[in-house]
Parts: sequence; structure tokens; C-alpha cells
Amino acid sequence: MTNGLLELFTVFVLAAFVGYEVISKVPSILHTPLMSGSNAIHGVIVVGSMVVMGSAHTGAEETLGFIAVILATLNVVGGFVVTDRMLNMFRSRQPERPGGSDQPEPEDGGQS
Amino acid sequence: MSRGTAIDLCYLVAAIGFIIALKALSSPRHARAGNLLAAVGMALAIGATFARTGLGHIGLIVIAMAIGVAIGVPAARLVKMTAMPQMVAAFNGVGGGAAAVVSITEFLSVDPKTLATYKVLEVVFGVLVGSLSLSGSALAFAKLQEMMSTRPITYPAQQVINGVVGLAILGFVLTILVTSSTTLLWILLGLSVVLGVIFVLPIGGADVPVLISLLNSFTGLAVAASGFTLDSNVLVVAGTLVGASGMLLTRMMSVAMGRSLPNILFSAFGSVVTASGSTEGAGGRSVRTGTPEDIGTLLAYSRRVVIVPGYGLAVAQAQHTAKELADTLLAKGVEVFYAIHPVAGRMPGHMNVLLAEANVPYEELKEMDEANPEMPATDVALVVGANDTVNPAARDTPGSPIYGMPIINADEAEHVVFLKRSMRPGFAGIDNALLYDPKTTMLFGDAKDTLQKLVAAVRKA
Repeated sequence: MTNGLLELFTVFVLAAFVGYEVISKVPSILHTPLMSGSNAIHGVIVVGSMVVMGSAHTGAEETLGFIAVILATLNVVGGFVVTDRMLNMFRSRQPERPGGSDQPEPEDGGQS
Repeated sequence: MSRGTAIDLCYLVAAIGFIIALKALSSPRHARAGNLLAAVGMALAIGATFARTGLGHIGLIVIAMAIGVAIGVPAARLVKMTAMPQMVAAFNGVGGGAAAVVSITEFLSVDPKTLATYKVLEVVFGVLVGSLSLSGSALAFAKLQEMMSTRPITYPAQQVINGVVGLAILGFVLTILVTSSTTLLWILLGLSVVLGVIFVLPIGGADVPVLISLLNSFTGLAVAASGFTLDSNVLVVAGTLVGASGMLLTRMMSVAMGRSLPNILFSAFGSVVTASGSTEGAGGRSVRTGTPEDIGTLLAYSRRVVIVPGYGLAVAQAQHTAKELADTLLAKGVEVFYAIHPVAGRMPGHMNVLLAEANVPYEELKEMDEANPEMPATDVALVVGANDTVNPAARDTPGSPIYGMPIINADEAEHVVFLKRSMRPGFAGIDNALLYDPKTTMLFGDAKDTLQKLVAAVRKA
């Protein structure tokens, strides 16, 4: 086993503990946004797809890299936008009936 | 500071952002900021990657990203709240696919014969788990979108076929480790896609949320594996965070259903309607249906009404109407709250998200454990599009497949009103004896329609 691998493995093990500890405190009402949010975070594979695309030499590698960048970008933007929409709803009821006015919600809360 | 160090520092900052973001998701107050922080971290990581020395094909990368954004943003913006679960499944699937493709491309770009065995193992793991997650998520999407039957799909010799595919994959993995053959790696990719499909086929619609959570976790692990292959700390950290959190979330969800994860994944739950439910239910027992006026009057003169929402509320987009009914009742001095089952809908928290959309205040939402002690003192339990989560069989019938799943004790209320589209059993495919209970009144129809009629009836009462 090389030092590089050991280093990565250390990072892996520590990250696993961090992930477990951070998540264990999430209340159940936020489970759906959490799933969606963590879904967006694994979109970080976009970095990996850029790296393989950026070092592609053959046509096959270029094609695969291109596909990987598209898929990963979808994962990132889709994940974050969906999560934001969900969480926006939680926030929108935070100011609880400020002046008795019927909160108008023209942005996207209405019809979506 | 060299450029390489600066880039690595950016990755570190991004990773910290991801961790804080997950932390922030633990409170509604900071959750949105947390998500934005994760997005900023992601932008930083992407920006830093553009700055890498020797990164070629920048034009093509930008074009590919533009395509991804052009498809992803409208899809995510336009999707209805009811379709969120399948959207998460879809975005999860493409992430898994990306991880598999990244691993395989990196494998192609080097001479495989020079790779150390552990490097090959990382690639094989990334390809296997990533493509399994891709096809599994695609099938989960199809099930939730009801493009195919939501029932568990079983066929003869299912276990044997699964076993053969599993063994074949194991054989290919070992052979690839020895030979570093690219051709075999492609075959492995194909087999993993097949595995994803046959893995998901026997899982019933009610269990798909648990499955998506599990696949989300798998994708995280596939990303971590790609990170090992590319020697990228940020991929390993982010992938592992998601892998660990997804596992935990999956476990919490199966606990909420009162079942073990292996049971959910391998028991083809709901394919057989069990004797306990069906004989009683199909035995020609009658149900009592009411008019909106009857039920409106009942509601208007109650002291406490508990609304138990389920997937039917989501399908009908009836959350605003439900709130209207609650507000109308509150105005008449009736105490109203919502009893939220942890797995109501198709994802944990599904109901909370929907009702939040309709601006239902927090105080009116009660979790199952909080709501159940209140049920015996409740006049009417108004069940809107829920079924399995109020099925007393889960509590009383040891033979039932859902036995042991915690439920909302709607049957303890003095009256039970079901707003349902039909007598069809719920997602789990099990009959519900509560529908035939003498204290139960049914009102058939789309939840939004029936709720609107009830609002009108309550106003007149």
C-alpha cells in the first residue's frame, strides 16, 4: 500500500464518521430536503468528469468525458435547484403572518 | 503558493462547505442557507478545476456544462412538488452514471497493465456501483412516475437469476483484477446495469423512497471510488459524506416503517395480498359513504379534528385546499391539527414539504408520536389520501406484512372520515379493515374536489 492510498483512505474513514455524525441530528421533517441536498453534493463528480475530459486523448475518451460532464452537471444543478425549491417553502412560512396580510407568493409557490 | 496548492485549498474550502451545509440542514432556519453554501462550494470546486494546469478541451467542457444546465434547471424548476421524489431519483441516477463513466474513462486513458491491483479495484467498484445506481434509479423513477406497475414484480426463478447475475459479476470483477481487461470492464458495466434493474424490480412502490435513499448513498460511494481513482480528496470527502449520510437516512426510514432493510429489499413486499387483509376485506362487507354535507356538518360541530394527509393529498395537489378547510374550521372554533406519519407520501418529510408550501404553520403539524396520544380525545380523524399509514393491521394483525410498522391511530378517534379516490388498497397493496369499520365514513373522489366540497359544506353548516 502506498502512502498516497493510505492518505486517501484516512480521508475516507474520517469523512465517513463526519457524515454519520452530522446527519444523525437532522429532524425527520427535513429528511426529503436532506436526501435531495446530499444528492446535489455527490454531484461533485463534475470535478472528476472535468478532469478526465480535460486530459482526454482519444475520441472515445473525449466522448465519454463529454457525456460524464453533462450527466454530472445535471446532477449538480438539478440537485441544488430542487433542494432550494423545497427549502424555500419552509422559509416562506417562517415570518408567521406578519401583519395579517395574506402572504402573496407569486414566485413559484403558487402553482408548482 | 503554487497554483496546485491554491487549487487544493479551494477544494478543501469546498469540502468544508459541504460539511457545514449538511449540518445546516438540521434546522429549517439554516437549511436553505446551507444548501446555498453547498452550491457556492460546488462553484468554487468547479472554478478551481478550470484553473488546473494542462486542462484541455475547456471549450467542450463548457459546452457540455451548458447542455447540462439547459436540461437540468428547467427540469428542476418546472417539476411539480408531487414529482419531487422521482426527480431526486433521476438526478441521483445521472450522478451514478457520471461516476461510472469517469471511472471507466480514467481506466481507458492509462495502460491498464501498469495499474496496481488496488487501482483496478477502485475503477471496478466505481463502475459497478455507479451503473447499478444509474439503472436502479431509472427504474425507481419509472415506478414513481407510474410508467410501470408500482407493485413488486416477481417472476419464476427470480432468486436463481439474481444469484447467477451476482456470481457472474463477482467472477468478472476477479478476472478484471487479474487481467485488467477493458473489454471485460465494459461487460461488467452492462451486467451492473442489469443488476440494478433486477434489484429494483421486486421492490414495491411503497418501499421505493427507502430504495432511492439507498441508491443515493451508493452514488456517493461510487463518487468516492472515482475520487480514489483520480487521487482527488474533494471527491472522496464529498462522496463519502453522502455515502455515510445516505446509509443512516436509509436505516432511519426503514425503522420508521418498522421493518429491516433486508426485508424491504428482498421480500417482494406487497406482491401477495395476505390472507388476513384480503379475506376480511373482500368478503362483501359494506362501506358507508357520506355526502359532503353530512361530513361538513360533522366537522363543523366537532371540538377537535385531526387531518391525516397521505400521498393522495400530494397527487391531487390539495395542500392549499386542506389548509383552507383547516382555516375554515379554526374560524368556527374547532381545534385542528395535522398528524404527520414519518413515511406518509413517498419520501420522509414529503407531507411537511407540501403543507409548508401551503403556509401551514408549524404548530399545526404534529409528528406521529406527538399526535397519537391525542387521538382518543379526537372527534374526527380526517384521512386525506392516506391508507397504509392508518391501517390498524400494522398494530393488531401479526400476520400482516406491515405488522410492526408504527401507524397513526386514526381508529381511536370517535369518527373516521376517509377521502379516497377508490377502494383500491394503498401503496403497500394491503386491504385496510378500518375502511369497513362502522365509525368510518367514506367520501370518494379527488382529494382537492372533495376538500373543496367540504369547505363549502362547513361554511354553510
